[in-house]
This record gives sequence, C-alpha cells and structure tokens, in this order.
Amino acid sequence: MAKRHFDIKAQPGFAFLAMFTFAALYLPIATLVAYAFNASDSVSIWGGFSLKWFVEAWNNSAVQDAAWRSLVVAFFAAAIATTAATMAAIATTRTEPYRGLSFKYAFINQPLMVPEIVTAVALLIVFSRIKVWTGYSGLGYLIIAHTAFCIPFAYLPIRARLESMDLTLERAAADLYATPWMAFRRVTLPLLRPGIIAGFMLAFVISLDDVVITEFVKSGGQDTLPTYMLGQIRRTVTPEVNAIATAFLALSVVLVTAFFFINRQKT
Amino acid sequence: MPEAKPSNTLSIMRMRLGSPQTSIWVQRMPEPTGADDKRIAIEARGIVKAFGQGPSALRALDNVSVSIRENEFFTLLGPSGCGKTTLLRLIAGFEYPTEGAILLHGDDIAGLPPFKRPINTVFQSYALFPHLTVWENVAFGLQMLGKSKADIEARVAVMLKLVHMEELAQRRTDQISGGQAQRVALARALAPSPKVLLLDEPLSALDYKLRKEMQIELKRMQNETGITFVFVTHDQEEALTMSDRIAVMSRGKVLQVGSPWDIYDKPADRFVADFIGETNFLKASVVSIENGVARVMLASGTEIVATIAEGFQPRDSVTVVVRPEHARAVQQGGQLSGSIENVVYFGTDTHIHIKLDSGELFTVRQQNSRTQSCGFKVGDRAGVEIAPDAAQVLRD
Repeated sequence: MAKRHFDIKAQPGFAFLAMFTFAALYLPIATLVAYAFNASDSVSIWGGFSLKWFVEAWNNSAVQDAAWRSLVVAFFAAAIATTAATMAAIATTRTEPYRGLSFKYAFINQPLMVPEIVTAVALLIVFSRIKVWTGYSGLGYLIIAHTAFCIPFAYLPIRARLESMDLTLERAAADLYATPWMAFRRVTLPLLRPGIIAGFMLAFVISLDDVVITEFVKSGGQDTLPTYMLGQIRRTVTPEVNAIATAFLALSVVLVTAFFFINRQKT
Repeated sequence: MPEAKPSNTLSIMRMRLGSPQTSIWVQRMPEPTGADDKRIAIEARGIVKAFGQGPSALRALDNVSVSIRENEFFTLLGPSGCGKTTLLRLIAGFEYPTEGAILLHGDDIAGLPPFKRPINTVFQSYALFPHLTVWENVAFGLQMLGKSKADIEARVAVMLKLVHMEELAQRRTDQISGGQAQRVALARALAPSPKVLLLDEPLSALDYKLRKEMQIELKRMQNETGITFVFVTHDQEEALTMSDRIAVMSRGKVLQVGSPWDIYDKPADRFVADFIGETNFLKASVVSIENGVARVMLASGTEIVATIAEGFQPRDSVTVVVRPEHARAVQQGGQLSGSIENVVYFGTDTHIHIKLDSGELFTVRQQNSRTQSCGFKVGDRAGVEIAPDAAQVLRD
C-alpha cells in the first residue's frame, strides 16, 4: 500500500525518540514527586508513604520566609511588568508601521535573548554600587531585576491579544463620542483583560522560577524559594527539598493551566 | 416637512426595477422637482485624499465635491476601490482629507476627531462591543455624551422599540443573529440622534430575503427619525430602490449625482450606464446633430435617432446605448437584425440574447405573459425594434 504523503510518524525510530524524550522530561519529575512522599530520610531509598516532609517543610521557618519572599517579589514584579508591558504593547500595535518598529520589538524582548548570566552579572555590578551609595538593601533590587526580565513574558500575550482585536471596535467607540481615554477604558481595556491576566500569570511564574539573577542580585538573608532550595541541595539533600519542589510544581501547573484557559477565552 | 418626500415615493415605486412594470416600454416619469431649495447637511468641497506621498501617491479621492441635503437618503454607489468608503470615513472623521473641506451645516469639520462630530456610523461588520449587552451597546453613545440615567433609559427603550429588539436587550452580542446584530448597530448609531447617519455597506452580510426586509426597514427608519442617511453600497439595485439621490463614483471621482431616475435613464457617461443596470452598446457614427438629438448610423447601415451629449461633431465615431427593456425582438422589421443566441426565462420576464449581423451582441428584455411564450428559439432570425427616445450617445 503506497503512502499518499510523507508521514513522519512512520519513520523508523520516531516512536523510540518520542518515548525517550518524554521519559527524559517526565521520569525525573515523577521520581522527584514520588520521593516527596517518602517516609525515610533518604532521597533514594523508599521507606513507605508519608506526608511528613511536607509537614516539615511547612513548619520550617526558613522555607516559610523564602516562600513568602518569592510570592512578594513575584507579585510586585509581575504587576509592574504587566503594566509596563501593556503600555508597550499598545504603543507598538496601535501605530502605523514605521522604520525601527521591529527594532523596538527586539529591544523589548531583549531579556529573552541575552544570556541570563550576563544580565545577572550586570545587575550585580550596578546594584552593588547603588547599595553603597544609598545604603538601601531591601527587596527593591530583586523586584526591579525580576520586573526587567518579566516584561517580555507579559508583553507577548498582551500584544497577541491587541493584534487580534478588531480595530473597528475602537473606531466605533470614537464614533460614539468616546474620547481616546474613554475608548481605551470602556472598550480596549475590557477586551484586553484576558491578555493582561494571562501576561501577569506568565510573568508571575517566570519570576517565581528564577534562580540565576536572584542568586546574584539578592542581599544576605533574601533567599527566595528556588535559591533556598539550591542552598539546601549544596549541603545535605533531604526529601524536604522534594516536598518543596512538588508543591512548587503544583503551583506552577495550576498557574500555567489557568494561563492557557484565560488566553483561549474569546472576550 | 411632509412635502419633502416626493423622491421617496418615487424610489419605492422603482423598487421592482429590473423587470418592466407594465408594458415592454418603461414609462418615463417626470423627475421630482422642488427639492433643490432644501438645506445642505453635509458638503464635501474639493476633497483630495492621497495615500502615500509624492508622485506615486494613490489618490483615493480626486477633487470630490458633493452636497448632501438635510433629511435625505443619499447613496454613494460604485465598484470596490472607487473611493466611496474613503469618503464616508472622511465624513466620520476616521481619516483626514489631504485637501478640501467637509462642511456640516456650513461649519468645516474636516479637522475634528470623530468623537467631536455629531455623526454616527453603522459599520459593515457592525462592530458591536462584544463585552457589552445589547442594551449597553445602544446606551454607549448616550453615556459618552454624559446624559442622565433617566434620559438614557428612556432613549434606549425607544431605540430598541424602533428596531424591534426590546426582548433581547439583555442578550450578549454573540447570542444574537446577524440580522439582529444589524438592528442593534442601527439603534446604537441612531440613539444619540446624530445630524447625519453613515451606513457602510450595512446589508452586505445579510442573506437575500433579510436584505430586502432591511432595505424597507431602513427607509422606514429614515422617514421616522428624519435623520440624513449617507449610505455606501456597490449594489446598484439597493441604491436605486432606497435612495433619494445617488452619487455614482469611480476611481476616486464622482461621475454623476442625481435621483435614481436620473442615474438610470439619463446616465452621464458610459461608465454610469454600464454600472447601473444592463445596457447594450452599439458602435455608430454621427450623421447630424440638432438640438441635442442626433441621427446616427449603426454598423448595419441603419440610421436611428438618439439623444446626444454635448461636444460631439458629425462623423464622430460614437457608442450608442440602449437599455434591454427599451427594445424588443420582433419577427419582422426592426432597426437591427440578427439571430437568437440564447433565450433565458426569468419568471417575470425573458432575456433574449441576439447576435446582430454586425457581430455585436444585443440583449432585449421583455415581459412574460401567462398564455404566450416569447415566440423565439435559439437560431431563429429576429429583428430588434428600439423604442423611440431609447437610444443615447454618451461620453466615454
């Protein structure tokens, strides 16, 4: 029987490669999650089912402290980044195309392209100077750094939403006596809301997840959950890390799933 | 202003255009008079709209001037790309003219943004706000104008009643049909009582039957509200049935402004004649001209009488225009002869396509009777009898 068209799935090795890729992706995660429920103290020897590591992590004040800091930084960074990204998205879509517009896209999306370690080192140098000058060493540095790399993640879904929006609607609002500001508030913004929420959630997850820049920028005692975990693993590995990672994973999955559904929403 | 409607009546009478009403010869009706002293609502004066710059700029509108009277159903008619929508957008304020002025009751509004013009638009895509209900859509303009809650509620109720949408006031706009969306768009645009209502091919998305209904509805609403309607369409039948006056446009220019009757029966040039309705074109040369009437010799050697535009000389080569319903196929006689190429039955009338001996194609349209067929079949010889006054020589 002759095949009518090229079918990648029929190629030898395709199934194996697919299985291997999924296994490489998900087996370690599955193992990590499984051992989070391990009753024994070892991360490699199964000692029966237990929630004790979750309880332990929950009651660990260092974990509480890091988790709270992660959420605070992620919230403020995502909020500021989403606001900036919304303005940037409107400015780059509600305009006649001009020379330099694609350069602006690249400029806004720069954090996606520049190696994170470069940004981290650069921020470290600048912030340490500022710390010396001002004496301020609070969470602000982390929030600013996170805001900077969160902007493109918030920008992309918002821009996509704006581009798919029917421009006639804004014209109709203007036709019905809405000033540009009222047209924005009463028509563009409500229609943009799913994109903004999606952008915020994506930025939030990206901020929660960050290790490299946080590790460089944080002052002493400013661990976020990921840098706390990194610190733990350097010392002794206990299933407590697995439990934290599992809780973290659950939160990310919830947020990303919500992002997916919100982004699909029509209006 | 009850006396201001003679042309409305006329256009409704012309609604069955496309099939002759009573006999083979369409009766000539006097054109409406007495409308010229009406006040001008919108005047476009020397409008140029160029897209791009320099010599390569595309002139979407090239020195266009039209005056639209108050309380008039005015149609901008032309093929796509003729500039009709651009002119509408200039009036609405979505675009600004490169040159020229747009006067609303004498004031130049060409530089005002759309939200400062007392002009509303019904968009081709309706552009209903998808996050608002029907009621909220209709209320939008009134809210932006800062009307009181009580005024808004009263006015929205009136508008929803006008378009028969009271029951669906709380529906979301994605839960109503296309025809209903059309009505909501109309109510929304009429609610703030604009001085002028612009309609951008609003019926093009509706099916045939609904479109016919809406044509009559639109006419009714224009009568009831007394608002000046400026309607854009490429559909000549729609234009003829609804309009008080029509501006025929092509390639950024206005070719003719007049009542449906004028446009159809006294087209200013060949483009208008060809665009509005079906037309036969015959090659001929001018023999003599007297008082706007010429004797012309057709390719067959027959001489006929035709009204002629100014600027022609004897011996000029010209094109004679004859409407299909102004001629009939006859067994014997007639100014032209040929053989029947096709007979197409349309219910109310029959179109007979005749290949003339000169090689030109000629279509006649004659009304059917219940008892008799047109009497011709493909291949028959036939003569073509052109009605007196029917032939015209037009500018190219």
